[in-house]
Amino acid sequence: MQATAEQIHKIAQEHLQKQRAYEKVLHVCFGPGCLASGSKPAHEKLSAAVEREGLSRKVLLKKVGCMGLCGRGPLVVVGDDEVFYQGIGKRSVDDDVEMLVEYLKTGALAEKLLMDGPEKGKKYTHMSEVPFYSCQKKMVMEDVGRIDPDSIDEYLAAGGYTALRKALSMKPDDIIESVKKAGLRGKGGGGFLAATKWRSCRDAHGSPKYIMANGDEGDPGAFMDRALMEGNPHLVLEGMIIGAFAIAGGQGFIYVRDEYPLAVQRLVAATAEARRLGFLGEDICGSGFDFDIRIVRGGGAFVCGESTALMSSIEGKGGEPRAKYVHTVEHGLWNLPSNLNNVETWATVPHIINKGHEWFASIGTAGSKGTKAFSLVGKVQNTGIIEVPMGMTLKEIIFDLGGGIPKGRKFKAVQTGGPSGGCIPADHLDKPVDFDSLYDLGSMMGSGGMIVMDERDCMVDVARYFLKFLVEESCGKCVPCREGVRRMYEIVDRIASGQGRSGDLEHLEELGKAIQLGSLCGLGQSAPNPLLSTLRYFREEYEAHITKKKCPAGVCKPLIKFTVNEKCNGCMVCARECPTECISGEKQKPHVIEQDKCVRCGNCFEACRFDAVTIE
Amino acid sequence: MTQSSACCGGKGGDVTVDLAKVDGIIDKYGRDRAGILGMFQDIQREYRYLPKDAVAHVCRTLGVPLAKGYEVATFFKALSLKPRGKYTIQVCLGTACHLKGGPNVIEQFERELSVKTGDTTADKKFTLESVNCLGACALAPLVRVDEKDFGKTTPGTVKKVVKAF
Ligand SMILES: Cc1cc2nc3c(=O)[nH]c(=O)nc-3n(C[C@H](O)[C@H](O)[C@H](O)COP(=O)(O)O)c2cc1C
Ligand code: FES
Repeated sequence: MQATAEQIHKIAQEHLQKQRAYEKVLHVCFGPGCLASGSKPAHEKLSAAVEREGLSRKVLLKKVGCMGLCGRGPLVVVGDDEVFYQGIGKRSVDDDVEMLVEYLKTGALAEKLLMDGPEKGKKYTHMSEVPFYSCQKKMVMEDVGRIDPDSIDEYLAAGGYTALRKALSMKPDDIIESVKKAGLRGKGGGGFLAATKWRSCRDAHGSPKYIMANGDEGDPGAFMDRALMEGNPHLVLEGMIIGAFAIAGGQGFIYVRDEYPLAVQRLVAATAEARRLGFLGEDICGSGFDFDIRIVRGGGAFVCGESTALMSSIEGKGGEPRAKYVHTVEHGLWNLPSNLNNVETWATVPHIINKGHEWFASIGTAGSKGTKAFSLVGKVQNTGIIEVPMGMTLKEIIFDLGGGIPKGRKFKAVQTGGPSGGCIPADHLDKPVDFDSLYDLGSMMGSGGMIVMDERDCMVDVARYFLKFLVEESCGKCVPCREGVRRMYEIVDRIASGQGRSGDLEHLEELGKAIQLGSLCGLGQSAPNPLLSTLRYFREEYEAHITKKKCPAGVCKPLIKFTVNEKCNGCMVCARECPTECISGEKQKPHVIEQDKCVRCGNCFEACRFDAVTIE
Repeated sequence: MTQSSACCGGKGGDVTVDLAKVDGIIDKYGRDRAGILGMFQDIQREYRYLPKDAVAHVCRTLGVPLAKGYEVATFFKALSLKPRGKYTIQVCLGTACHLKGGPNVIEQFERELSVKTGDTTADKKFTLESVNCLGACALAPLVRVDEKDFGKTTPGTVKKVVKAF
């Protein structure tokens, strides 16, 4: 079916009317975090209760994508004023569902499910009062968590595919010009200007031209692309179709990480729906432009996020990258002109078309325009997905939005850019988050992982972690990366086990520089970053491991020992938490840790409420 | 969770591959070489691992040299040429999970199941694997058993997870 503009408008209006017939719309988060903390059973019970209480004509239950504050899930948001309920079913699903039903019936707030405010006894009622939300500026995530991602009608009702129709009435060159004036930079890591790439690909000779979206999100600790693909798949499609029209692309691919089966399922369903209404396929919206998109699953290889490796994988080969002197915009997939952008980059495009490049360019900093989605995780109170204007400071993100560090501990560093990025220490918390300032700090924006670390995290251990990751993920094609990163890992591993020697650090720096210069692709070229940045900011921590054979943060197992001190009142909590049952002692008598059996997991330390476990 | 209908037999515990089924999967991808990774993944879903006979059959049908087939089969971490247990336990060791104690959780699984990471228990019930991020990092450390996710795990929750299956 080739739906006309009027027919689409009618579908959207009818859908809105249907929703307005309900007194209240109740959004249940089916994002990755909330699903893992039990939103599915909560939804089932809620749905049954609504039915049982005869509320099904008054209340509409909607399953939506990630609402962002995953750490406090499962989340439920009700009504136009967005009453914000959290932790549904944390104590008892039945009790919580009963409270919610009572609220739906009488309007009496379910106090227990509201989020605590900063002062005792004060609760936040609406989403807009919660600093985690009020400090954000949403663009690509705006409808994620509001609409049902399985329904194209919902997307249309939210104004979906209007940007596409507008773009199809523009000249392709004008679209590229608009994206250029907006200053849109790629959000997959490098921050390359999108319009420059589009221009080169449009001007390249060869047909068909391939348009690709990178949804590989290999950066561990990052899941904003997942939230986007699962929460609003049509937005990614719409951006790609507009881009394809501007570039004169003929076939599209979205490469999705293997670990995200739901994203694959949603995108496949979304392409079928878009095809049904004539947004994909032949003669899109009657414009004469043909374009279609296929979804391709990755195979669990980090290097496949790299553009040439990704294309090799789509061709059905192993995911080995190749040297970049042959530009993929001219000779990419099957040697034809190809344009790859990150899924978030694509999802930004409809907003630029609809609201104009001036509007877009008014958000952000001089060099980085618009917004960026991040996954804010690690040792921070509010963990989840956020979207903020470029240029917000790290401090605002971690302390205002994130609510600071849990357990009253001290902030130590924030890791950005994944295995290609670095750790930024407290001294630089006032720096703005944009492409250029993160780069100057020895890190990078990356695709948007932001992992907060506190005083109980060891920077040597973090560097070792990333090096191990990179040793496993190096494809092995070039020597500096394959051999060099392995040597770096071995040295850091040695340091972490208390076998460090003088000269190790200098050797690491030398190796790091050689690997940066000599590697074939971005994986190797940036592989030394996590190590070099920790060495730059936390050199004394490395030195403590080498000269004093001590791990100041108490993480590196060969260098630490847990003991019980005189503060122990014999509450037995630590003994219960010990996985190897190596803590002995009677009730109300001081406990003892049997060192031979201790695996140094630190459970006792975390469990003790009396500071009676010491790390030496 | 239903187990695949294929029975165990042949050498080294390899299953007998139903070639007609494999042909169906190859057809689904239009017999196009570009779809080889997807074919392997679909075959793996059927048998819980990628049997060598299936690799050979796919290569033969597509006219791809066996070496190229194995290049793909061994490059991607998602594919396993070794038979797997009835349930696959994936413990996330992504950055967020690493910092929040993922390594302690996986060590506890190793002790609880008497198995090393990457291997399958003697009773063929569980395969223990580590992964680099499952995409729900706000609930670190995360454990996934087949399609079920467990968030904010500790060594203490390991027993409960094992018991649930
Ligand atoms: C090792 C490596 C891994 C990468 N992983 C990703 C990824 O997971 N997602 C992504 O969008 N870009 C990734 N990139 C960047 C891509 O190569 C490419 O620059 C990007 O997808 C282009 O899109 P953009 O200009 O919209 O950012 C990776 C690069 C390297 C070198
Ligand atoms: S780091 Fe474990 S789910 Fe992302």
